[in-house]
Amino acid sequence: MESNEIREHFPIFKRFGREGIVYLDNAATTQKPTEVIEAVVDFYTNYCSNVHRGVYRLGEEATEKFNKARENIGNFIGAKDNEIVFVRNTTEALNLLANSLGSKLGEGDEIILSNSEHHSNIVPWQMLRERKNVKIKFINSKHTETIKPDDVADLITKKTRIVSLTACSNILGNINDMKEITNVVHDSGAIMIVDGAQSVPHMPVKVKDIGCDYLAFSGHKMLGPTGIGCLFGREESLENLPPFLGGGEMIRTVTKEGFTCEEIPLRFEAGTPNIEGAIGLSAAVNFLKRIGMENVRQHEKELITYTMKQEEENNIKGLVSYGTRNMDRRAGIYAFNIGEIPKFDRENLSDGNISLKVQAIHPHDLSSVADRTYGVELRSGHHCAMPMIQDLGVTAATRASFYVYNSRDDVDRLFDAIKASVKRFGL
Amino acid sequence: MTDDEYINSEILDEHFRTPRNFGVLKDCTVEIIESNPTCGDTIVVDLKINGETIEDVKYITRGCSISTAAASMLSETIIGKTLKEVENLSKAEVLSNIGLRLGPARERCALISYDAVQKGIKKHLKGGKEAEHF
Ligand SMILES: Cc1ncc(COP(=O)(O)O)c(C=O)c1O
Repeated sequence: MESNEIREHFPIFKRFGREGIVYLDNAATTQKPTEVIEAVVDFYTNYCSNVHRGVYRLGEEATEKFNKARENIGNFIGAKDNEIVFVRNTTEALNLLANSLGSKLGEGDEIILSNSEHHSNIVPWQMLRERKNVKIKFINSKHTETIKPDDVADLITKKTRIVSLTACSNILGNINDMKEITNVVHDSGAIMIVDGAQSVPHMPVKVKDIGCDYLAFSGHKMLGPTGIGCLFGREESLENLPPFLGGGEMIRTVTKEGFTCEEIPLRFEAGTPNIEGAIGLSAAVNFLKRIGMENVRQHEKELITYTMKQEEENNIKGLVSYGTRNMDRRAGIYAFNIGEIPKFDRENLSDGNISLKVQAIHPHDLSSVADRTYGVELRSGHHCAMPMIQDLGVTAATRASFYVYNSRDDVDRLFDAIKASVKRFGL
Repeated sequence: MTDDEYINSEILDEHFRTPRNFGVLKDCTVEIIESNPTCGDTIVVDLKINGETIEDVKYITRGCSISTAAASMLSETIIGKTLKEVENLSKAEVLSNIGLRLGPARERCALISYDAVQKGIKKHLKGGKEAEHF
């Protein structure tokens, strides 16, 4: 399917028409095709019921569709169905791990993260540090560089227990080689966690190929509904993982004295799950399979390559962009600034050295103008990656991120919109 | 907000490009640092309070046009006012002074200086002087 043909499946674009809106905030969340919307509506219209419990027809139908969804989603990343735990999103998956794996850690144990992690792969570990006094070490890569196996090896010690890294940065678009990194981590005996929030939606991902112990991703970033995500864990890993939340569905038996746990993956799914979410995500997976994940990756690689070309040709004064220039390692994510507003530094702040002569366009102003003039929807701010924003030495950035329905025309409109904001807030 | 309002707002532009009362107050009574969680922007507001009156205010920020212009307008509004008067100033009044219809994200930009001033007054009434992060 071509991007034009793909767009036809998304009712939201009909609302605004072809000229009306260029949606470029796909790293935050994606639009939903009719197939996904209908799958969700179908559950509520035709077979709404709880799962795992009712022995009546509706309950059986719901349970069957729910289980099929798990199987289908697992298959998509090369996992068995009992290796897929349904959670709300990547954030919840990482919190689950920080709690359950964390309960086995002790004082002085080390966890390795990187400076390009999303807050959801930083804060849960910092919260664990408050409970357990573990040590967190950061790989500090330059924005132009992907994370290399050597960067990880340099930080590994006998005390390293967990390495948790993003497969693709949501601000730089840098794609890290998770297979090679996992090899290094496993050689040391540590556990490898992959944040797949920006990789699973955008490129072929097979967990057996990577070899990681855990992988987290969100349904809403891959055409699926909000409120559904997955934690993949290797069967052996999940078997040994203590439960997270307690309650219904995750138990075998409960007495006044205690409880016994259900088998995996239900052991980690306390309470009534997001049934229509899982079914909707499965429909999203089918949609992506029809396009083919190789094609998704190829399409986005073409768009980001074209973006680089447009950047060069337009030669906009003051434009600075971030991320690797190696397109083989670059996802469809383009973060940039028009002039850089330095990060806030109280110590060196006085009216003398903070220039008000407009040397930069604030990302908020840029994205408001982009929206008002050309209907280009961009994200501005710190992108939930404040450590990287800090390391870039700025307060914020503007980001465009592509998906299957975007086209070269959208990239052209992006640069028209940037030029409009330069005209409005000029350097 | 309509296209024209935001793109062509002269008041916004005027205050953004030449903000009033910009800078540091060496002899301030209270200083507040306030951040906007969506973009990481920060503003430092210095208040000089004498008895019941705000005698002077200065601020430093390098935020977006709306947060800078809003701080500038607010500073003009509150100089010479009593603490009570400023405490009674509502968010709605501040937003209507700016005169643009803003979405929820940009409203936060417009109100960061207002929040800082309100916190500054509370802090003053409690008797603190040092800068504090909120
Ligand atoms: C790399 C990365 N990790 C984690 C997340 C968190 O995803 P969610 O908000 O769906 O939990 C995001 C979302 O922006 C992301 O881009």
